[in-house]
Amino acid sequence: MVPLSAYVAVSAVLFMTGLLGVLIRRNFIIVLMSVEIMLNAANINLIAFSHYLESMAGQLVALFIIAIAAGEAAIGLAIIIVVFRGKISTNVDEMNLLKW
Amino acid sequence: MVLVFFAYFALASIAAGVLTVSLKHPVHCGLALLALLVHVSGLFILLNAEFLWAVQVIVYAGAILVLYLFVLMLLNLKTDDRYLHSSYLYFLAPATIGSLYVLTLLVRSPFGGVKGDANTLAVLQDGDTYSVGIKMFSDYLLQFEIVGVFLLGAVIGAIVLAKTPKPVNREHRG
Repeated sequence: MVPLSAYVAVSAVLFMTGLLGVLIRRNFIIVLMSVEIMLNAANINLIAFSHYLESMAGQLVALFIIAIAAGEAAIGLAIIIVVFRGKISTNVDEMNLLKW
Repeated sequence: MVLVFFAYFALASIAAGVLTVSLKHPVHCGLALLALLVHVSGLFILLNAEFLWAVQVIVYAGAILVLYLFVLMLLNLKTDDRYLHSSYLYFLAPATIGSLYVLTLLVRSPFGGVKGDANTLAVLQDGDTYSVGIKMFSDYLLQFEIVGVFLLGAVIGAIVLAKTPKPVNREHRG
């Protein structure tokens, strides 16, 4: 029997990986992919607790998270296309239109 | 046996996650993300959540990842030399130390709490999909509708954002 803390540990490592990716990567698309890693880590946590605490609520919240992630990917990629059309770069350091 | 599968899925998903963050070419990052999603879905199977497994494979690996790969294909990115933050080593060391600390806390802590009404036998009797469906359309109906409206808004927003802008009317401006 796998203990619950093992799942929580895997989820924590994946979340830190995603957070690190958001902080150090400069490509906007890879930053969005790192956000997906973080959402997956949260899903592992929710489903593990749902299994071990014998409640259905975690699985439903995980399902809603997947739906939110789909919307987030669609909007984020549309924003990338708009930015890329204006100035040919997806580097987040060069997106400083709103900075003054 | 479950322990072997858990070790495989856990280690493979962590390795795929690290590769997603560290690989240089964006398409390689996308493929590593695909490996991560598939192995995480294996973890869902071990937790008796086969409906979430199907949703993960179809929606994440099938739809969202293809969207990412399509955008990568459309943009035709060249690999940037300066693909990491200029002082990423300053992030790396605190992140490693902090995550090790959190890991020791997590492994040592006794998780527990109030048990719900969906124990493994009750779920396995009718299947996970049945239980999720009953719960979603009774207790979580409002959240379900909100997510539906949210997805509609996201689709409309994506179309509006990605539409080719009209050329500016000169007479109107002058």
